[in-house]
Amino acid sequence: MSDVHLALGGASFDGLVKITELPGQGMVTLRGDLADKTIVQAVQHAFGVALPGVRETAFDGENGALWMSPDEALLLCPYAEAEDRVSALTGHLQGAHALAVNVSDARSVFELKGRMLREVIAKLAPVDMSPDAFGPGMVRRTRMAQVAAAFWMDDASTARVVCFRSVAGYMFDILSNAAEEASAVNYFVR
Amino acid sequence: MSTRLPTQGRLINRDRDVAFTFNGTRLTGHDGDTLASALLANGQTLMGRSFKYHRPRGVVASGSEEPNALVNLGEGDTLEPNQRATTTEIFHGLKATSQNHWPSLDYDIGAVNTLLARFLPAGFYYKMFIHPRPFWKYVYEPFIRKSAGLGKAPAAEARDPDRYEHFYAFTDVLVIGGGVAGLQAALSAAQSGAKVLLLEQTPHWGGRTPVDGGTIDGKDAETWIAETVAALDAMPNVTLRSRTVGAGVYDHGYVLGYERLTDHAPEDRGPRHRLWRIRAAQVITATGAIERPLSFAGNDIPGVMLAAAMRDYVVNYAINPGDRTVIVTNNDDAYRTAIALHEAGLKVPAILDARPNGGGALMEEAKALGLTVKTGAAIAKVKGHKAVHSVLVTQQDSDGSETTEIFCDAVAMSGGWSPVVHLWSHCGGKLTWDATQAAFRPDHDKAPTSHDGQPFVIPAGSADGEMNLSAILQNAAKAGQTAATRTGADKSSDAAPTAEAPDEAPLAPVWMMPANAPLKLRAKAWLDYQNDVKVSDVQLAAQEGFESVEHTKRYTTLGMATDQGKLSNINGLATLANALGEDIPQVGTTTFRPPYTPISMGAIAGEARGDIFQPIRKTPMHDWHDANGAHWEPVGHWRRPYAFPRKGESVKDAVNREVLATRNSLGLLDASTLGKIIVKGPDAGRFLDMLYTNMMSTLKPGNCRYGLMCTENGFLADDGVVARIDEDTFLCHTTTGGADRIHAHMEEWLQTEWWDWKVWTVNATEQFAQVAVVGPNARNLLEKLGGMDVSKDALGFMEWKDGDLAGVPARVYRISFSGELSYEIAVPANLGRAFWDKLLEAGKEWDITPYGTEALHIMRAEKGFIMIGDETDGTVIPQDLGLDWAISKKKDDYIGKRAQARSHMTDPDRWKLVGLETLDGSVLKDGAYAIAGGTNANGQTNTEGRVTSTYYSPTLQKGIAMGLVLNGPDRMGEVITFTDGGDDTKTARIVSPVFYDPDGEKQNV
Repeated sequence: MSDVHLALGGASFDGLVKITELPGQGMVTLRGDLADKTIVQAVQHAFGVALPGVRETAFDGENGALWMSPDEALLLCPYAEAEDRVSALTGHLQGAHALAVNVSDARSVFELKGRMLREVIAKLAPVDMSPDAFGPGMVRRTRMAQVAAAFWMDDASTARVVCFRSVAGYMFDILSNAAEEASAVNYFVR
Repeated sequence: MSTRLPTQGRLINRDRDVAFTFNGTRLTGHDGDTLASALLANGQTLMGRSFKYHRPRGVVASGSEEPNALVNLGEGDTLEPNQRATTTEIFHGLKATSQNHWPSLDYDIGAVNTLLARFLPAGFYYKMFIHPRPFWKYVYEPFIRKSAGLGKAPAAEARDPDRYEHFYAFTDVLVIGGGVAGLQAALSAAQSGAKVLLLEQTPHWGGRTPVDGGTIDGKDAETWIAETVAALDAMPNVTLRSRTVGAGVYDHGYVLGYERLTDHAPEDRGPRHRLWRIRAAQVITATGAIERPLSFAGNDIPGVMLAAAMRDYVVNYAINPGDRTVIVTNNDDAYRTAIALHEAGLKVPAILDARPNGGGALMEEAKALGLTVKTGAAIAKVKGHKAVHSVLVTQQDSDGSETTEIFCDAVAMSGGWSPVVHLWSHCGGKLTWDATQAAFRPDHDKAPTSHDGQPFVIPAGSADGEMNLSAILQNAAKAGQTAATRTGADKSSDAAPTAEAPDEAPLAPVWMMPANAPLKLRAKAWLDYQNDVKVSDVQLAAQEGFESVEHTKRYTTLGMATDQGKLSNINGLATLANALGEDIPQVGTTTFRPPYTPISMGAIAGEARGDIFQPIRKTPMHDWHDANGAHWEPVGHWRRPYAFPRKGESVKDAVNREVLATRNSLGLLDASTLGKIIVKGPDAGRFLDMLYTNMMSTLKPGNCRYGLMCTENGFLADDGVVARIDEDTFLCHTTTGGADRIHAHMEEWLQTEWWDWKVWTVNATEQFAQVAVVGPNARNLLEKLGGMDVSKDALGFMEWKDGDLAGVPARVYRISFSGELSYEIAVPANLGRAFWDKLLEAGKEWDITPYGTEALHIMRAEKGFIMIGDETDGTVIPQDLGLDWAISKKKDDYIGKRAQARSHMTDPDRWKLVGLETLDGSVLKDGAYAIAGGTNANGQTNTEGRVTSTYYSPTLQKGIAMGLVLNGPDRMGEVITFTDGGDDTKTARIVSPVFYDPDGEKQNV
């Protein structure tokens, strides 16, 4: 797959946190009633995870599911498998009213690593980033500065931020700007 | 003249000198000085000139309420006007200049205005300068602009070099104000278990209590403050932020905080200001109180200060404000200043107490120190110009005609204290008049309420009207506990500490000094220093019928300056009430609006500047375009190549070359920005039949159809090609700018009107890179790439197919927006660049030519295809554009159908689309109007049409245009006249809008 070009070719920045554009991430948007048994089972079969609760995530290795809205989930898998997963999922969804679309190429993903990641995000997103309000197992679908974004934490010092591919450059620049060394707020970490 | 005292100065470090300049003069202050205290230490009592009369002004306050001591800070790129010297911490190399004077601060020619004062009364803008009209533009406005106004705006080419940012914080309890009340409220709330954020606008905690004295828990106030700050700092649920103003309180506990990080240390890296965007469940306003000036003649002469401010300068900064200071007061607090001055070794010739019986314990203390107290006394007038020379003393209950003179070089005045109710009031908190203290205080029964109808702001301490130290702490502890309890915290907090401070006798309201001052004195008694509003101005406004306080404010400009009337507000209201013969609470207050003090534009903009001012959307091929000379055009947030001029080639020539190359051989367009919305479900066909004017449910899988979308009012909103993917699934192409809007439009109808229809949508726009391969050699190129059959039989016009091209998974649509043989090919976005490169490489033999949006526009115009945004402008319906063929007659309904049946929509006189050809082959101006005979009722030339698109067609080698013309389609061949800039005109013939290949032979091969 040497023809695959990431939006920024794998850019990175080291400041209050380390920011890295991740290589291709398989992503499937599922629209449907997330409480529908057929849909829950179809996701279980095709992605091996249960659909998460409100603003939550479910992971099993490289597979995952993120709650996006009461009738939308973002399903994760290895990049190369996304098309096949959509086919498999659509097969399992026969009889249910649902729509599954491969959106892997529509998005860019950034990893934020470091203990200051909470406040880097809190400079850009109107989200309560304190540890008692947000942590691993949760997802937020929101905005960062002027663009739509979603993010979740893999562990206490790792977060992933997703945005549309066309604004990857903007996202990388605002994250890097917010992570400038001398700009620590020291709100969550004193 | 003011000097530095040998003792005192709790906030300065005498071991560290700080050099700065004022109007170019090099001066030295100490670490910890404000610019105001450093200027006073250098004997610089004259700090600025007033707004209207250019009167000499000195500092009158010691905090953010300061109206006079405003300076320009910095220069060039860092110049900032209207900075308060009282809140500016000095740093090495600070450069300040005074404002509003010419040619110099000491000698100001504008001061002649003060001699013209009787021609500049309240409302002078409205009265004097209306007639004659031309005078406004050529005489009055330039004159006023030059003579009035405060600081100078930075130069147009200046660029702020600093960084700014936002920060979103969430907390249970936000405490605004770090005085003893704020500290105690924060402590109580934190002990109760709530998460607390405490903001203080100055660099120091404890407010003015260390200056005012008193003991807390048996300790001196300063010790208690230090211990409490340390205790708070050690609590994991508490965040303390100094140099951070609580600027505004908004709905549902949203509060703006304004943190000044490097103003005092510009050499530090990092952001200069940070805007805190806070969500608090409960807000405690411990914002203190502000001392009021007294209204006597000459109360604005440099050397006249608020009594508490003078005390601050003595105790905090070791300033000797003058060797002989007269105190004038209507309350006990000013006696503290007399005592502080006396203890600093300075002379206090007299304390003038306007109350007939004087004050309480503090007065006795002053008397015991040997100070002279005159009760029932008042200042009739301060004598002096740029400095105080003497005061004329009279009886308060008099007209000031009988006076005795006391020589002095400073005056300390106190008219009582007004609780800072601004933040309580921002979001609707009401006030109640406290006649005993002559002040408005928060009405606890009418607190600002949140989403649940419950109060979310609690005032604390002197901001709540408590003026005794013990009562302040009790009140604050209760506020902290109450706020915490409201957020669900369930621990109990410690009892409030006990405090000791002298009891104070009640004040006597004094709104004019002396009470029966004649006009001559009232016209020199200032209410609003910054906007130069006097007692006589407000009285005149009342006399002229401006009875509402809001009207008086605007007529006189009282309280409308950058200090928002912090000192003048209550005095102005009282003056108005007296003039109207009403009680103060009946007159009421003006509205308190955020921000409490000015905040920088940089903080508001935050990170949004330079490269990240706005997101720029880039297609997967953006970098190629950039590297190949794209002349960019913004389309929404996208950047699209307008054309690809080669070295030495003009943009216009490039456009013409791109059109001809495409028509004659092979062109390539990056069409990735077009919206691609997937619509699926058993009701998808029915849904699209409602969204589009034409029938989509009859489209067969594998086929494409062009469709129009209208608003509910019938106006054309978007267009594009719909492809049916399978029985249940459609892919709707939208315009570049329409993708998000149309997706939202679909979701709105699905979620609010047709919520029971089984349809899902996904905006998949960015999943694909889309490339239009256009021209007679388009098929040859795709066949060379190989992988799928794209022959006429396998993939006919308006059909689509999935397959592989050159090993890249592709969906190929055979659609044409140019009139040529054309394929639009969608590939996964991450493969878009590689696919583009393959096309370029393989297309070399046909001289493959990437083209931009202008060539696209010209080619569609040559074919008579409409463009959303050119032929439409929100007032055009499809019928205007001759698109009746795309409006289904069979359907019962579609969005816009009923609107299009309205009488005005079916009016035969609506302008309709036609083609236009100038008689001389030149190009019409875009937007030009067709001129009809005569003029309308407004004397304007009648029109009968307008140009909607106009280009030079390199294919036809002449100007072509489309336009909307009255009865246009019925007037083929007729010649009409268009405007052509200024009085010039151009004649054009009405023709068919399809200029090129009207039979569609080229695209259907």
